[in-house]
Amino acid sequence: MIPSTDYIRLLPELILIVFGLLVMLIEPLLGEHNNRKGLGAIALMGAVLSILASFYQTGYEGAAFFDMIHVDTFSIFFHVLIGLIAAVVILASFEYLNLQQIRYGEYYGLILLSSVGMMLMSSAVELVLIFIALEISSIGTYILAGFRRNAPISIESSMKYFLLGSFATAFFLYGVALMFGATGSTSVYTIATTLAQGATPLAYVGIALMFVGLGFKVASAPFHIWTPDVYEGAPAPVVAFMSTGPKAAAFAVLLRVLFATEAPGWFWLIWASAVLSMTLGNIGALVQNNVKRLLAYSSIAQAGYILVAFAAAKDIGISAVIFYAAAYAAMNVGAFAVASHLANVGEKYVTLDDYAGLGRRAPGLAAVLTIFMLSLIGIPVTGGFLAKFYVFQAAMQSHLTGLVIIGVINSAVAAYYYLRVIVYMYMREPQRDVPVLKMPFALGVSLAACLAATIYLGVLPGRILDYAMASARVLVR
Amino acid sequence: MYNHILSIVLFTPLLGALVLLLIPKEQKNAIRWVANLFSLAGLLISLPLIPWFWALRTQSGFKFIEGAPNTWIPSIGAGYYLGIDGISFLLIMLTTLLGWISILSSWNAIQDRVKEYYVWFLVLQTGMLGVFMALDFFLFFVFWEAMLVPMYLLIGIWGGPRKLYAAIKFFLYTLLGSVLMLLAILFLYFHHHTVTGAYTFSIPELYQTAPQIPYHYAIWLFLAFFIGFAIKVPMFPFHTWLPDAHVEAPTAGSVILAGVLLKMGTYGFMRFSLPFFPQVLDPIAHPAVRGTIITLSIIGIIYGALVSLVQKDMKKLVAYSSVSHLGFCTLGIFALNQAGLSGSLLQQINHGISTGALFLIVGILYERRHTREIAEYGGISNVMPVYATITMIMFLSSMGLPLLNGFIGEFTILQGAFIESKAWAAWAIPGVVLAASYLLWLYQRVFFGPVNNPKNEKLQDLTPREVLCFVPLILLAFWIGLYPKPIFQIMDQPVQQIVQTVRPDLNKPVLAQTPIPSAAQALPVEAGK
Repeated sequence: MIPSTDYIRLLPELILIVFGLLVMLIEPLLGEHNNRKGLGAIALMGAVLSILASFYQTGYEGAAFFDMIHVDTFSIFFHVLIGLIAAVVILASFEYLNLQQIRYGEYYGLILLSSVGMMLMSSAVELVLIFIALEISSIGTYILAGFRRNAPISIESSMKYFLLGSFATAFFLYGVALMFGATGSTSVYTIATTLAQGATPLAYVGIALMFVGLGFKVASAPFHIWTPDVYEGAPAPVVAFMSTGPKAAAFAVLLRVLFATEAPGWFWLIWASAVLSMTLGNIGALVQNNVKRLLAYSSIAQAGYILVAFAAAKDIGISAVIFYAAAYAAMNVGAFAVASHLANVGEKYVTLDDYAGLGRRAPGLAAVLTIFMLSLIGIPVTGGFLAKFYVFQAAMQSHLTGLVIIGVINSAVAAYYYLRVIVYMYMREPQRDVPVLKMPFALGVSLAACLAATIYLGVLPGRILDYAMASARVLVR
Repeated sequence: MYNHILSIVLFTPLLGALVLLLIPKEQKNAIRWVANLFSLAGLLISLPLIPWFWALRTQSGFKFIEGAPNTWIPSIGAGYYLGIDGISFLLIMLTTLLGWISILSSWNAIQDRVKEYYVWFLVLQTGMLGVFMALDFFLFFVFWEAMLVPMYLLIGIWGGPRKLYAAIKFFLYTLLGSVLMLLAILFLYFHHHTVTGAYTFSIPELYQTAPQIPYHYAIWLFLAFFIGFAIKVPMFPFHTWLPDAHVEAPTAGSVILAGVLLKMGTYGFMRFSLPFFPQVLDPIAHPAVRGTIITLSIIGIIYGALVSLVQKDMKKLVAYSSVSHLGFCTLGIFALNQAGLSGSLLQQINHGISTGALFLIVGILYERRHTREIAEYGGISNVMPVYATITMIMFLSSMGLPLLNGFIGEFTILQGAFIESKAWAAWAIPGVVLAASYLLWLYQRVFFGPVNNPKNEKLQDLTPREVLCFVPLILLAFWIGLYPKPIFQIMDQPVQQIVQTVRPDLNKPVLAQTPIPSAAQALPVEAGK
């Protein structure tokens, strides 16, 4: 008999599933030419309710479903974060879908359902469940990436993401299997106690393979090759979603698996991946002219910074990861939301040249994008600054001076390409006539939310930092 | 108001920027008026600090403290914590004055995107003031970095033909310097924790622990800070961004860049490098460290002056002269004695006054003729007599003629250098001579002789607004030149404290025994007693 509190511990996911299915069921009842804003509203309601449910969980921390999931401050933080990302992306998609003539309500359903996977990833403490959650979240995003059905590039993006993604999850599964072989269990906590008595080579290989799968999801080098192509082709709001949500979830899993099990040999794995991601991401971004590709490379580099905090281990490192994930979500969703608005019908206007002179044509939008760019650089008064500061602080505390030096030099290099966006917007005259549409209300709300979050995390980060610290302590015991 | 004066001074410009955001961008004149009102208010509101600070000048420690450590983000130990001493007081007054003058001077120069221009300028003003006021390293870093963005945009949007290159060079150079500094800050922070068990970014508390860091660590930290500040100053060989940034920046941007932004580097040396790392700077144990810095300073003095001599562009000439003048400032700082440090601080103020004025002067000609080529001019004193007179005064002040401010500063620095090593003073002296050459030669080519170029025949002399920009600068130049004693008295206490931290064995009598020439009776010797 499953106690009823177990259902509360799964409540946010359940709500999303109900609303996701509801959207799917209503969709066929709508006429072919009706717009799908109503479905969007339902999906938004679902996302908001699941956020509220996550808050409600604070009184019900503990394990559920035979120790398959574990609700704690850590999982609640990620539940809220993923819920917020989903809500903001849904808002940002309202007009986008109309504009691109995408009349499929499944879009909203898929966002909700893949959010279910991501949320489960953050609370699961059982490797097989983690794998299933990973698959749930991935399959939704594979389909979403191909949602601009008429654009070959979108199909390409979807195919690439699907093929490589399946490989990556297969690696993860293989890792889980080896880990099971090494320790005789798939429960994170049992594995932890077994590994504490000494790790076999099998366990090392298992960890490495699991890292391959998760490294793919967070787009960290050397598993990053797919990122620019997929981000370029996928619909912009979907990119906003999949560059933040699955990333946050995969980082949550990495934190749980690595720290709860004190996995052997992970340090150099993370160290090398962090250095590669920062360096390759930033160098790649330097030469991009397509804004979506530029942001794709930037997201690789940002994953690298987060991995720096990983290498720092300890509770401060974990809380740095958590804080970074939140700040990154705010600024990146915001940046892609702006890009999705400017892209216009058929995502025609996505190169830097199309952004030339934006400071005059759309001063508000340009100013907002500037703030997101500054935050991505890590300039003070934005969440990006504090996130980076915190990451480097964590790494310094663990005496990873070499890694920090590579990190700060990278962040100085990165300033160049983020500034290029600002240069084009304010200091170049437009080459051709690029129409800027009127800002739709829903998108305005989602941008305002991202902006408010970015500034809030930069100016008054105290509460979130404390919360991140509390979550971190849950993992380090 | 007395208790919150620093916050009020700090946020007045920012408030102005916010108010400007509410005015529609078509109303250019309204925007100009509001921006000028706020910058004037920023100046006026900082004036009460003068008598208040004067009353406290002999007390040790930071004054007008506001906020407390660890109050802003308690979990990492960052606080909203402001306070000033004599050094920051002088630089704050310079900042509010030059901020007002720059904004006043932009009235006609900026016709495009007026609103954004003033908004960014006022934001910049708050950033600069914050750097000088912050007593918390985190807060300091926030202002230090945040200030980059408005300056970057001022150069990049309202600059000259190569503005993009100059702006990005400025940004990347400074950013690279400051991220290295960030590493060193974090190291100090963790070191403080190891020693005391408390996490804090509070500067006064870090003062207690940093000097005990062993030399083989401290030298790296010192270097990280040094590079950050040296880029900002800029010291040779980190100066290459400066001519580009100056030449391309709009006039007011250059004034602020030269007048205030460069002083952040020297301020950083005095506030952080010296008191944090006496173990590195110890001239007996590690003479090479100081020797290298002094050598770079002297190279900067001579090199900057020589390059100025051959410039064809007036603004570039002034820009390189800054490298030379700032070389004097760093020479004074790293002489590590009372005279050197006081002279350096005074010279920083002087440089703000005279070089700020020189950029205004170049800007005024540029506004009228849209060229800064020296060869385009000649005989300007015939058409613009008032302008020519003011220029002469400022040139003389910049080259260090007695009775004007530049002389007192350079003299005191040389005195400080002389005490340490006669060779240093000897090497620095040519800088003074060369300054006279490039400035007087420039004056001769631009102002004397007949008006050869017909385009120059109808140039309009200064308008009352333009004269108003110069009045406070000229008054200050004469005042410092004639009676610098109060200024030395203000900086006396903090400078003494720095000297005592860096060289506890060095006692003041060394200064008193040095024969003082009669021309400099009002020098810090007296103030030191």
